[in-house]
Amino acid sequence: MTRRARIALFVVAGGCTAALLVLGVLDLPHFGSSFHPYRDASLAAAVAHKTSNVISSVNFDLRALDTLGEETILLASVIGVTVLLRPAEDEHEHQPVGEGRLLDSTRMVGYLFLPITVMIGLLTVAHGAVTPGGGFQGGVVVGTGIHLLYVAGSYRALERARPVGLAELGEAVGAGAFACMGIAGALAASSFLGNVLPLGAFGDLFSSGSVLFLSVAVGVEVASAVVVLLAQFLHQAVEVTGEEKEAA
Amino acid sequence: MRVYAYLVAVFVLLVGAFGIVRSRNLVHAVVCLSIAQSATYVMLLAIGYQSKATPPVFGSPATKPNTSTVEPLVQAMTLTDIVVSATVTALLLAVAVQVHKRHGTVDPNELAALRG
Amino acid sequence: MLSYDDSASLLLAASIAVPIIAACMLLALGRKLPRTVVDGVAAATAAGVVAMLGFLLANAANGRVVNWVGNWHPKHGYSVGIVLVGDEVGTGIALLAGCLVFLALVYSWRYFESVEAHYHCLMLLFLAGMVGFALTGDLFDMFVFFELMGAAAYALTGFKVEDPTAVQGALNFGIINSLGAYVGLMGIGLLFARVGNLTLPQLHDALAHHHADALVVAAFVAVITAFLVKGAMVPFHFWLADAHAVAPTPVCVLFSGVMVPLGVYAAFRVYWLVFADAIPVADVRRTFVVLGALTAVVGAVMCLAQRHFKRLLAYSTIAHVGLFLLAAGCLTESGTAGALLYVAGHAGVKSALFLLAGVMLNRYGSVDEVDLFGRGRDTRLTKWLFAVGGLALAGLPPFGTAIGKAVGEEAGLSSGYEWMPVVFVAVSALTGGAVLRATGRVYFGLGDQPRGENHSTSGSAEEAEVPMLLSRVRITMLVPILTLLVGALAVGLLPGAHHAAEEAAGHFIDASAYAREALTGRAVHAAPTPDVGNWTASGILLGLLSAALAVAVAAAALYARRLRLLDRATSGLDRATDRLRALHSGHVGDYVAWMMAGMTVLGAFVGLPLR
Repeated sequence: MTRRARIALFVVAGGCTAALLVLGVLDLPHFGSSFHPYRDASLAAAVAHKTSNVISSVNFDLRALDTLGEETILLASVIGVTVLLRPAEDEHEHQPVGEGRLLDSTRMVGYLFLPITVMIGLLTVAHGAVTPGGGFQGGVVVGTGIHLLYVAGSYRALERARPVGLAELGEAVGAGAFACMGIAGALAASSFLGNVLPLGAFGDLFSSGSVLFLSVAVGVEVASAVVVLLAQFLHQAVEVTGEEKEAA
Repeated sequence: MRVYAYLVAVFVLLVGAFGIVRSRNLVHAVVCLSIAQSATYVMLLAIGYQSKATPPVFGSPATKPNTSTVEPLVQAMTLTDIVVSATVTALLLAVAVQVHKRHGTVDPNELAALRG
Repeated sequence: MLSYDDSASLLLAASIAVPIIAACMLLALGRKLPRTVVDGVAAATAAGVVAMLGFLLANAANGRVVNWVGNWHPKHGYSVGIVLVGDEVGTGIALLAGCLVFLALVYSWRYFESVEAHYHCLMLLFLAGMVGFALTGDLFDMFVFFELMGAAAYALTGFKVEDPTAVQGALNFGIINSLGAYVGLMGIGLLFARVGNLTLPQLHDALAHHHADALVVAAFVAVITAFLVKGAMVPFHFWLADAHAVAPTPVCVLFSGVMVPLGVYAAFRVYWLVFADAIPVADVRRTFVVLGALTAVVGAVMCLAQRHFKRLLAYSTIAHVGLFLLAAGCLTESGTAGALLYVAGHAGVKSALFLLAGVMLNRYGSVDEVDLFGRGRDTRLTKWLFAVGGLALAGLPPFGTAIGKAVGEEAGLSSGYEWMPVVFVAVSALTGGAVLRATGRVYFGLGDQPRGENHSTSGSAEEAEVPMLLSRVRITMLVPILTLLVGALAVGLLPGAHHAAEEAAGHFIDASAYAREALTGRAVHAAPTPDVGNWTASGILLGLLSAALAVAVAAAALYARRLRLLDRATSGLDRATDRLRALHSGHVGDYVAWMMAGMTVLGAFVGLPLR
């Protein structure tokens, strides 16, 4: 279709769809209402399982199968990126030339914040059951925090610090551990992904049973996945060239 | 105010879709797709909100468990979705990188390989 | 006697977890393991999943298998957890997915390019997504597994990264399916806000017998759109031909054989469980019947216009999806049974044809029927397999496609649509005829040298999937093809197939029994369905008619130039379909605009009668 025809079709059809969705939305309970049956039930369930962070309880205890699915999507996407960004036959890799100019202050800030960021990420993962946080959030912080080394240092320093093979192993172990915990629960207590570990005391670091372990497994997986993902894109950008670029 | 947040969600979804329709660059189209996904976050979080309610986290000793919190389920859905959609967007961007390498362009109007 | 936690119900969860664990193991160790071991582990995992699901299917015949994950059993009809429900249709379609993944992995044994073990990891994760999607009884969980299927599928589609069409097809596929998923998530949010829970049984109880207001209609349109984007209903179908043309052959098998039918399955599952008692039946029936007929006709016409054999098969999948929608859209037990039989038979036949297309690609380096004219004359077995596949696609008895067609036609007639058998016969004849035409050109050298100025996508740019072109068909390619054709025959020949399908369909549409069994754990005894034989005389006759018409269509296409009258007619048809072909532009912006148009049409069909 021509550009004008396409936009005209969208304006008409999108307008009608907008009308449909707006009419639907007008029948929702008003913004800020107190009708939340799931909130009532899940709060009681989380407290019964001694989990102070109800969101983590929903993620890793009440609806753990969803989280298994979500982290598997992450795994599949990162494997997909690895497959899609693999060097093709007509391309070859080269060593990155030089390091570029970098302000000393940038370098210093990067080196200073790297351990702080990674530590914050690890704490977020470890306290997932108690404070706002958990495997997903902390894993992203750790995974991207490591890349401060690239910002502050050099690509070669980053490559030495994070072997991609190890990160792929971390992904596989994290995702596999989550699913294996589910199977273990099924074999031991007839409860797939059930919270069958000792629950501990409310508010403690080691409370809420399996929520902590699943959170750590997800943290390992997400951090490794972010590292692998960024490694593939950086590799493409920094090290891979096609035929034409070489000639030029 | 009773429906404003929901209307924003509907608007953002359609803006994202419109962005893809009129896009001249596939990277832009993928980003518009993630804008459309943000609309779902707005919708979910708006649905879960309750006025004058606390967050559903009781970690500090000062916060005793109470029954007047916002909906935890939509927050759980949103936070996992954000992380996961970052990787799915990355997957689509990787495809766009390859499209650029193979076709020499990222303009959908110039991609003629799959007609008819 | 229903029990939530016995071993059968835990198998529901295990059949999702086992492929994930196997994929993780292959990811961790794939670099170090020899290719044969990787192939073996992946195929064995798929076989294990098939065994588990076969056991579950046998159990499901006695009553749904229910598992509340994490043992969050409902109290007073409310639960905070996620439920997995294995009824006959759910476990059956999951079993189909497992079988097809197994056969696809056998087909790609050893010579198929695999990046370390990543191809096998993606296939296993795709399997986990399909099984989870089929078995779950929770709406948000369906969305999660829908995204999992999507992520693995986008990566598998763009697998041949050196191929320009592959990456364009993958991007179109990815953007459209993801946008559909996000629209669906908006609908899920609307339902959650109304009901306060996301599991299908609880949604059923909350919405049943309440008048459908704008929220329910908007949620219906949004959720059904998401599933029918996957299910490639017109006008959400544009991505399918783009993705099928370029994905590796074993992956196309999975797309056409089970992933696209899963979209149709989900649409009807959610309709029956959540919306059937809220929205008037006649409105929904009209919607599915009209859009199904449109899908079938568009698919058939576009199918005939293709010279790229895989795109031809892709459009025939769209046409057959239209027929599934017609059968199931009658919203009766027999219509649903017809759709089930047709999906099973179609999976066998279409998958075999895709694998045969792979044989064509890997022997000649092309799938273009114009360029390969007469190249296959010296093959001995392949040419006849193609011919059998084409006839089976047209609905030749006793293939499963024929029995599905027959039951679907009956259901259409008893719902008052006298024109439905005509559409069934015409569409299956046209699609089967297109396959026979291609077979005749490539493998028998029949007909005149075709004109090359067809504006459709050429198939010569496709790249072979093996390092060197094959000189003969390998046994690991032949065995899956034969298995699939025999399987399609079995659907039609096994005594009691029709009866089993009617029973399964009865349980599928019985939403209140599903809700009762899931929420109370007490088995609900349904009335047994009457015994029906497999074939009726009219079914057999219409099947033979379709096959004969398919041969006639192929002959007309092959010899059009010799008969000048026919030549003028076909070139006139070509011009008429040019506009339709131009709409299939490969431009993702067009596809999104059509998606909005489709949502508008759905909203009009369902919402306007209710005002």
